[in-house]
Amino acid sequence: MTAAEVVERVKRAMPEAAVEVVENPSPSAQHSMLVGREVAVRVAEFLRDDSELRLDFCSNVTGIDWLERGYLEAVYHLYSVAKRLGPVVLRMRTADREAGAVLPSLTPVWKAAEFQEREIFDLFGIRFEGHPNLRRLLMWEEFEGHPMRRDYVEAEEFPAGFVIPGVLGREEQ
Amino acid sequence: MGLEQGGAGMEVTGASVHANLQSGEVDAALAAEMSRHGVHVTSLESLYNWGRSNSLWPLQFGLACCAIEMIAATMARHDMARFGAEVFRPSPRQADLMIVAGTVTKKMAPMVVRLYNQMPEPKYVIAMGACAISGGPFRDGYNVLRGIDRYIPVDVFIAGCPPRPEALLDGLLLLQEKIRGQKLVGEGRAAHADKAVPGEFPVPGYGSNGLVPEWNPDVWKPEMIPVAADGDEISKKARADGAARGIVAGDTQGKEETS
Repeated sequence: MTAAEVVERVKRAMPEAAVEVVENPSPSAQHSMLVGREVAVRVAEFLRDDSELRLDFCSNVTGIDWLERGYLEAVYHLYSVAKRLGPVVLRMRTADREAGAVLPSLTPVWKAAEFQEREIFDLFGIRFEGHPNLRRLLMWEEFEGHPMRRDYVEAEEFPAGFVIPGVLGREEQ
Repeated sequence: MGLEQGGAGMEVTGASVHANLQSGEVDAALAAEMSRHGVHVTSLESLYNWGRSNSLWPLQFGLACCAIEMIAATMARHDMARFGAEVFRPSPRQADLMIVAGTVTKKMAPMVVRLYNQMPEPKYVIAMGACAISGGPFRDGYNVLRGIDRYIPVDVFIAGCPPRPEALLDGLLLLQEKIRGQKLVGEGRAAHADKAVPGEFPVPGYGSNGLVPEWNPDVWKPEMIPVAADGDEISKKARADGAARGIVAGDTQGKEETS
């Protein structure tokens, strides 16, 4: 089942839902579905429960920082174990990269998304509303910043004003 | 005390014990002659060190991929048990060797130091693999500590990514050699015999953008050249300065190393 067919099926069941196909022009041609934030949970439940789709296995959730476009994205890879479908790729975009970096959590729909969404919160800074336990996963609680954002600058490791001979500094790499 | 027992089989062990007599002790040739007649002469120090070096108990401490090679070194083909490092202790209280095998993340670093502090003396650390030595291939990562020697003293560095099990065994033998050569009294004695040398080190805390402090200045003392902040002349000056002092890129600066 292609992304277009999945989108059509969703639209037939929920005509008002904001879903559309995002084309992937690369040779992999893995087209994805873009879902609006407001309808995302209902669309997710439909994808999981529909008799033809039965996408019950959320195998991966990842984040993307579209720095030049000004938003962050969460991407879900869904499979159906019973129907042997997949991957169906679902995307959700935030409003912006600051206070509006909020998305509905799909953990109530697929439990597998729980830690993955925590990782996205930790590394990209997207807050997932409805997540049962939203806190950092890889970094420690006191850490500030979101390391996988494209504009993240790592802390300078060398003591200021010194160079260690034989060790490349960032400017030399 | 098995020294007096056994016949020809014990000769080899006896000879190696006698060979480690510290200077000022019984002459080695005389000791060998006497041992042939069943009289074994050794110093308490060399006996003590021989016993310690041949029964190093490592702490179960694999962090990443190097742990797999460490496990391979304990399995049948390479068999670390031959060298006395047989039982990997789950508790730091019962271990005397910590093999830091794998990338030390900044999140894990305080735990590593805390475990080291919990080990009773005499204790030793082997930094296995590039990541434990200097952060390795991931040293620019946001969560990677650039070498565990920033917080705890390391005795043997084993280079490799990962080092082969044979390299780990070689490192273990190097450490055993180091232990056998340790003095217990006098100038330059072993760390555990010297009250002035600390056995515990402060545990780093979590800061907003890294660990606090970033390194322990009492433990990590790299050769550092102060340079003026003039943009891209920094690297050239540092290299020239280093070259003038005989330090070239990649020099290990005399640290114990095996690869």
